[in-house]
Amino acid sequence: MALITMKDVTIAFEGVVAVEKVSFKVEPGDYLVVVGENGSGKSTLMRAMLGLVRPRSGSIVYGDGLTRERIGYLPQQTAAQRDFPASVEEVVLSGCVNRMGRRFFYNRADREKAEANMALLDVTPLRRKSYRTLSGGQQQRTLLARALCATDAILLLDEPVTGLDPAAASEFYDVIRDLNRSHGVAVVMVSHDLGGAMRDAGKVLVMNRGLDFFGGVEEYRAGLRERTVEKRG
Amino acid sequence: MLQRLFAHPDENSDARHRRHKAVFLWAVLALALVWALFNLRAIGAAFAEFATYLGYKFIQRALMVGGLVSLCASLLGVTLVLKHYSMIGDGLSHVGFGALTVAMALGFVTADSLPAFLPAPLRGGIASLCRGIAANPMPFTLVVVVLCAFLLLRISEHSRMRGDSAIALISTSALAAGVIVTSMTSGMNVDVYNYMFGSILAMSASDVYVSLALSAVVLVLFVLFYPRIFAVTFDEAFARATGVRAGAFNMLIALLTALTVVVGMRMMGTLLISSLIIFPALSSMRLFSRFKAVTVCAAVVSVTCFAVGMLLSCVCSLPTGAGIVAVNLFVFILFSAIGAVRA
Repeated sequence: MALITMKDVTIAFEGVVAVEKVSFKVEPGDYLVVVGENGSGKSTLMRAMLGLVRPRSGSIVYGDGLTRERIGYLPQQTAAQRDFPASVEEVVLSGCVNRMGRRFFYNRADREKAEANMALLDVTPLRRKSYRTLSGGQQQRTLLARALCATDAILLLDEPVTGLDPAAASEFYDVIRDLNRSHGVAVVMVSHDLGGAMRDAGKVLVMNRGLDFFGGVEEYRAGLRERTVEKRG
Repeated sequence: MLQRLFAHPDENSDARHRRHKAVFLWAVLALALVWALFNLRAIGAAFAEFATYLGYKFIQRALMVGGLVSLCASLLGVTLVLKHYSMIGDGLSHVGFGALTVAMALGFVTADSLPAFLPAPLRGGIASLCRGIAANPMPFTLVVVVLCAFLLLRISEHSRMRGDSAIALISTSALAAGVIVTSMTSGMNVDVYNYMFGSILAMSASDVYVSLALSAVVLVLFVLFYPRIFAVTFDEAFARATGVRAGAFNMLIALLTALTVVVGMRMMGTLLISSLIIFPALSSMRLFSRFKAVTVCAAVVSVTCFAVGMLLSCVCSLPTGAGIVAVNLFVFILFSAIGAVRA
């Protein structure tokens, strides 16, 4: 059973179709990169997978024990956040809110989970530091630790390396690969950074309002070569 | 600590800059201390005078209501400021002023002044309802302000118009409506003046009960939902995506802000109530960088500034609301200076 099954999903805002008849599946352990030009609907697609926008038609089904509360999400950073007074520990722990159910406060299991994820992403030494004083890469790792508090099955990342320098971006991809390969976390990443994002990906999805391509990375690269050859010829 | 104040043989320009800032701050603090020492007797007399004021019932009420409102306002203020909603408090207080003056003006409605085509019993009913509202304007004001709070929230979330301009639009319109209605009926009298700039004499026994209930509700909700409030304030998209009902929490914050504004408005004044929401949060953000620390510090700063402002206003006969704002401004500047030196 797939984690997320999208079937003929169409999304429109004020009459303008942003995503048209898109169908694909995210299986456990996948590493899927969603690429496309600006306005191709890739971010909208991700927001639909998260349940933040409702599709006009088609269906989005969670399977394999996945519920909306068990999705880890790394949103694009907003300007407000960059100047937010919060310690790394507070931010990471806030990923546990979805596990609270009817409880009002974090319990020991939540704190242990936050602890483990801070250690996993190597931000434990920064725990007392203020989020706003961190470097871009450290901020992303903190938010990733928070997302992992919410899930152990699937991570949805929206343009995660925007604003990171190349070294920090490469380091970030290493962390994601490790989470995917060693911890079996499925990854869905919307990205502009084709080369970097594709480095470790297993599958590629090209959005162009509709679905342009969905398949393995090798297949995608082969297709790309063919097209370049065609153009030259 | 004090070594930092003296030049080091090989200090760079950066270190010198920081040292100069530290020297300046310590000099200011030392001057303040010296001044206080030389005026010990006057300060003691001021406290003694304040102590006699504490015997008055209206001062006790004002302290009670004001302290509780300051506490609520500062807690809500941390969230509002960080969510860039600080103008909502200001907008709501103007709406409150408009609603209050309209409610008072309703007292001038009589059965004869209503359109003649309405049946007489209906006219009588409307007139007595209007008189009832004018006699006890608070429930009416509360309902209007709460409705406007939801409206403002919806506008800043959904509309294409930017939130701050929408708020400015609504708040100035409400203020204008209030002023027009007032000038058409009673004219600018002492009551209206008090609503604008606040009066500690305005607190009745029922205000004490209302503010007690309000602050209990705000405190309990804030503590119980603290983890969720943090999550929604820090990152609404993440909170929503992981199933937290962010919309409901925004509504809750707006509702509590509306209540706080309405209760605090008559004491602090329409024009000054938003400072109770904004100042403590901003001040404590100069010094602290963790959310919990900022929240606790804001609460402490808010209540302390209120108490000092009350003391000043009693002893030097300053207007209470303006005095409290002045103390808050002083603390903000002080904290900014300390924060700048530490950085």
